[in-house]
Amino acid sequence: MVPLSWYLIFSAILFSIGLFGVLSRRNLVAILLGIELMLNSVNVNLAAFWRYGTVTNITGQVFAIIVFAVAAAEVSVGLALVISVYRKRNTVIADEIDMLKF
Amino acid sequence: MTIDQIIFLVVAVATLIAAFRVVTTGNLIHAAFWLIAALFGVAAIFAILHASFLAVVQVVVYIGAISILFIFAVMLTRKDMRDQGPQLNRNWGFGAFLAALALVGLVFLVHGWSGVTKTAPAFPSEFDAVSALGNALVSPDAYVLPFEVASVLLVAALVGAVYVAYNRK
Amino acid sequence: MDFLKDPLKVAADWLLGIFAGWGMPELWANVLIGFLGIFILVALLMVLDIFLVWIERKVVSRFQSRIGPNRVGPFGLIQPFADIIKLLIKEDTTPEGADRVLYNLAPILSMMSVLILWAVVPLAPSILGVDLNIGVLYIIAAGAIGTLSIIMAGWSSNNKYSLIGAFREAAVMLSFEIPMLTVMLIPTIFTGSMGIGAITQAQDTWFVFLAPLAAVIFLIAAIAELGRSPFDMGEAESELISGYNIEYSGMKFGMFYAGELLHAFTFGGFWAILFFGGYRFFGLEQVSAFLAIAILFFKAFIGYWIIMWIKYTLLRIRIDHMLAFNWKFLTPVAFVLLMATAFMNALLADASNWLYIGGMFLSNVLVAWISLEVARSASRRERERVEGGKAVEAHQ
Repeated sequence: MVPLSWYLIFSAILFSIGLFGVLSRRNLVAILLGIELMLNSVNVNLAAFWRYGTVTNITGQVFAIIVFAVAAAEVSVGLALVISVYRKRNTVIADEIDMLKF
Repeated sequence: MTIDQIIFLVVAVATLIAAFRVVTTGNLIHAAFWLIAALFGVAAIFAILHASFLAVVQVVVYIGAISILFIFAVMLTRKDMRDQGPQLNRNWGFGAFLAALALVGLVFLVHGWSGVTKTAPAFPSEFDAVSALGNALVSPDAYVLPFEVASVLLVAALVGAVYVAYNRK
Repeated sequence: MDFLKDPLKVAADWLLGIFAGWGMPELWANVLIGFLGIFILVALLMVLDIFLVWIERKVVSRFQSRIGPNRVGPFGLIQPFADIIKLLIKEDTTPEGADRVLYNLAPILSMMSVLILWAVVPLAPSILGVDLNIGVLYIIAAGAIGTLSIIMAGWSSNNKYSLIGAFREAAVMLSFEIPMLTVMLIPTIFTGSMGIGAITQAQDTWFVFLAPLAAVIFLIAAIAELGRSPFDMGEAESELISGYNIEYSGMKFGMFYAGELLHAFTFGGFWAILFFGGYRFFGLEQVSAFLAIAILFFKAFIGYWIIMWIKYTLLRIRIDHMLAFNWKFLTPVAFVLLMATAFMNALLADASNWLYIGGMFLSNVLVAWISLEVARSASRRERERVEGGKAVEAHQ
C-alpha cells in the first residue's frame, strides 16, 4: 500500500515546479501553465486526504470539484487578458507589459 | 515493494518529468503538450486514489477544454515568433531558489506531521462515491452554497472573458 | 448451457485452469487474461473496421447510383484488403518542418480515442469491459482525446490548411460536446446511474419513447463530434483540401480513416445503447450472449446506416452557421429539455408506468415544438434583416 507521505511529497514537488514556472517564465501563457500545475498539485492533496481520511466523508472531492471550476474560470479570463494585451501591445512577454495602465 | 507502489512511482515520475518540461521547454506549444501529459498523469493518480469521478472530470475539463484553450492562445499570440529567445527572465535563479525553499519547507512540514505514515483504510465496497458526491453538491446541509457560488463564478468568468477579448472594431 | 449464457467467464475459467497448471500465481494469471481479453476485443474491432470500409463504400455508391467495389472477390469483399496493401506500400512522407513526435503520435491517439470507448460498451448482459459508474462522462473524456489528436495533427503538419482545418474541427467538437453531454444526462435521470451497463439494464421501455428529442439531439451532436458531413468543415475537400490529415500518407492516413469509420460505428452503437435498449430485444438477450451481441451490432449498424444516410444526403454547412446552430439552438434546447425532464421525473415519480411514458413523451414533443417555433420566427426575422423584407414575401 502506498503511504500518504508519497502523495504529499509528489504534490509538493509538483507545486514547486509550478511555482518555479510562475516566477521564472517570461511568457504570460507559460506563467498560466505554471499556475495550472500548482492547482493540480492542490487537487492531488485534496483527493489523497479524502482517500486516507474517512472515505464516506466526501468533502475532499467536493473541494477538488470547486478547484476545477475555479481553474476553468481563471484560465478563461487569464487567456482573454493575454489576447487582449497582445492586441494592444503586440507582446506577451511579462517584462514588457509595464505601462501600469491599459 | 508492492505492485501498487510500483504503479504509483511510475506514474508519479512520469508526471513530474512532464511537469518539469512544462516549465523549462522553449517551444510553448511543446510546453502545452507536456502540460497535457502532466495532467494525464494527475488523472492517473486520481484513478489510483479511487477518485474515478475526479479522474474523468480531469480529462474532460483540463485536457478537453483548458489545454485546447492554451494551445489556441499560444497559436493566437505567436505573431512575433519570439520563442527562440530566452524563455526565463533575469531573476530565474531567485525563482528557482524560492521554489526549492517552498519544496524544502513543505517536505519539512510533511515530515514533522504524525499522520503521514498512515495507510489508506479499506475502500468500503458498498460505498458509491459518485452518488455521495452528487448528494453532497446539492444538499442544503452540505455544499450547495459553494456549488452555486462556483457556478456564478463560471458565468462571471464567461461574460468577463468575452468582454475582455472581444475585438471592438 | 453455461457457455452460451456467459462465454467470457467460461473461457476465463478455462484459461485460469491452464495457467494455474503452469504454476503461475493467480494474480499474474488474471492480469494476463485481462490483457488477452483486451487484445482479442481490439483485434476483432480492427477486423470489423476493415469490413466497415467495404460497407461504407458500398452504401455510398448505392446512394450515388453506382455499384461500388465489385472487382476483387465476391461483391468486392476483398477490396479493403487490397486497399490496405496499397496503403502499406505507399511512401511514408513527413513534411519538412513537421514536428516529428507529435506528427507520428496524432494518428495513434486518434485510433486510441475510438478504441478506448469500447471499454464501457456492454456487449451482452455478462460481457462488459468495465462497469464504470461514470460511463457517460467517460465517453466525453474519450472524445476529448480525439480533439487533442486533431489539434496535434493540424499543428505538427506545418501546413496552414491543416492548421485551419484542425482549428475548425476542434471548435466544432468542443462546442457540440455540450449538448451531447446534456442529453446523455437524460438517460441518466431515467436510470439513476451514469453507468452504461445500468442504463441498458433499465430500458424495459426503450428510452427513445421517453425522450425522442434527446435521441435526435444526441444523433446530431454525435455526427458533429465525428466530423462527418454535414459537419465536416474540418476536412472540407473543396476549400481545405481535406484539412488536418492533408499531410498524412500511407498507413498514417489509413489510421485516421479507419478511426473515423469505427468512430461512426461506435456512436451508432452508443445511440442504440442509450436510446434503443442496447442488447435488449424482448428477452432474447437472456438466451445466449452471442445473440445479445448480434442484437447490439444489428442496432449499431442501423445507427451507422442513418449516420451514412445523413452524410451522403446533406450538404456541408458553413462554419459560423454550424457554431451558431450549436450555441444558439442546440445547447439551449438541450438545457431546457434536461430541466423539463428532471421536472417531469419529479412530478411523475409516483405515477403509473404508462402515465410516466406518456408524460415524458408529451413534454419532449412540447419542447421540440416550442423550440422549432422560436427558431422559425428568429430565422424569419434574420431573413427580413438580411434581405430587406422582399424575399420573405416571395417565399410566402
